[in-house]
Amino acid sequence: MSTATYTLPAPTHGLSRNLSIFATEVRYQFLGALRTRAFSLATIGFPAMFYILFGLLMNRGETLNGVLVAKYLLGGYAVFGALGASIFGIGVGVSMDLSAGWLELKRASPMPPLAYVLAKCCSAVGFSLIIVTVLTLLGISFGHVHLTVGEFAKIAGIAAAGAIPFSCLGLFMAFTVPPSSAGGIANLVYLPMSFLSGLWVPLRFLPHALQAIAPAFPTYHLAQLMYRALGATASGSTLGHWSGLLGFALLMIGLTWIAFRRREQNS
Amino acid sequence: MIPVLDKPEVAATRGPSTAATTVASVAHVTKRYSNGVVALDDLSLSLHRGEIVALLGPNGAGKSTAVKLLMGLSSPTSGEVSIFGADPRQTAARLRTGVMLQIGRAPEMLRVREHITIFRSYYPQPMPYADIIRAAGLEGIEERMFGQLSGGQKQRTLFGIALAGDPDLIFLDEPTVGLDIEARRAMWAQIRSLAARGKTVLLTTHYLEEADALAHRIIVINKGKVVCEGTPAEVKSLGAAGLTPSGGPAAIAQQGLKIIRCATTLTAEHLLAIPAVTRVESVGSLTIITSAQPESTLREMLALDQNLHSLEVSSPALEDAFLALTSDH
Repeated sequence: MSTATYTLPAPTHGLSRNLSIFATEVRYQFLGALRTRAFSLATIGFPAMFYILFGLLMNRGETLNGVLVAKYLLGGYAVFGALGASIFGIGVGVSMDLSAGWLELKRASPMPPLAYVLAKCCSAVGFSLIIVTVLTLLGISFGHVHLTVGEFAKIAGIAAAGAIPFSCLGLFMAFTVPPSSAGGIANLVYLPMSFLSGLWVPLRFLPHALQAIAPAFPTYHLAQLMYRALGATASGSTLGHWSGLLGFALLMIGLTWIAFRRREQNS
Repeated sequence: MIPVLDKPEVAATRGPSTAATTVASVAHVTKRYSNGVVALDDLSLSLHRGEIVALLGPNGAGKSTAVKLLMGLSSPTSGEVSIFGADPRQTAARLRTGVMLQIGRAPEMLRVREHITIFRSYYPQPMPYADIIRAAGLEGIEERMFGQLSGGQKQRTLFGIALAGDPDLIFLDEPTVGLDIEARRAMWAQIRSLAARGKTVLLTTHYLEEADALAHRIIVINKGKVVCEGTPAEVKSLGAAGLTPSGGPAAIAQQGLKIIRCATTLTAEHLLAIPAVTRVESVGSLTIITSAQPESTLREMLALDQNLHSLEVSSPALEDAFLALTSDH
């Protein structure tokens, strides 16, 4: 029996082809997430509900760090929203794709693996933008919040950028947490981290010990950037906060890579 | 190991020039997991253009490990795996393969049409959309959300996804699970027409009847090794012969083994003394005799035992062969 073999066509994976695959992947990833009401309603509804309760209903027109409390908390809840979209969209979403074998099917296809990860990340960025927009509209309509177009552009940009390091955290969770407990663990990260970095209740009202550990969380740094963009006083330097977020993202990518390699060696 | 045999009519349908073109090969592959489990132990097999090969084996035999290696989802501890002459982990190889896996859950809030569109986008020359819909029997459910589909419809959608790139090599893992008889036969017809067009299909299935009906060649593996390889008829005869063929599977197949079931007072010793009887087994009140010359064997048995009753003669079933080949002796 002869063993004539085929010659493979040169892979025609040019940049434009990859971009079109990526665009298709992003579009349907976002569409699928938006249609999954359990996800989209909770991801958008949670920060909106918290903002209504703590930012708007309890609002007595007081100011905090130079701006209205309703405006100050808008920044905090936008960070809370970005974290939720990333941690549930990616941490839980990828974990489910992984356990169901869907990711395996995708990997066996000629899809560039990065397209899958970037699509999930872009979807988190998209949700983050929806959340910051909803919160802003709520604040303007019911909280007497005044926001210039420039300020909104800044907080929207910060919310979008913030979804990226949080997505890296989500990826790390997806590759380390068992799928059956992914949802529970996501809540265990999401809620305490938000509280401890002063997203719900401004840090100055928290005990000193908690204030001291807040800078350990990426959410703290993103929140400081938000407050500054909204015209409130914030601690630390802008560059320092961005560096903190970048460092966190790189750390998470590195840990995810290690977790991924270990998983690979076992398969 | 038993040499690969080609069923003459299969070779004919493939056409003489392409009959032996190797599409994929696994050469002396050993796969040891980090926990020490050896899933594949010096396994070698090859797939040729235009053939349907069924990979059979009990759970834990190494089937899924072998398929994972061929799909480029895992790498061998030693040995070599190649697809179209390339490493299966290369995109160039993936562009020519299609995969259908058993999926616990696919994105449920995407429509059938959207799933097909996404997978078509991965290939520079995908199969035309309408052809996929027709081949996978997805007419009328294209606009439904994946999560709303029945088990059989989901399975057909996954089949459509495997066809999206118009691949030359298709891996089908339990393709007809959850399908009703009609849908199963329709999918079989599609799989056969793929092979007729020169595509190669590697099938793993628990339905032995499916392997029997579809496969040109069956490869039975157990404990990470190839136990037997041949056409369905050869594998069945081999199993019935008790797996110690002196003349190889071809010799066994030519003998035309039959299984004789009856209630008889004759002892096993008596029966084994009859020429052409290769095996005697008793199950409850019945005696099961394997014979290479069933007519003469029966004549003799009927002469020796006037009270012989409940007689039944059958060809060996693939299921019996499978059990015989993969049982622990």
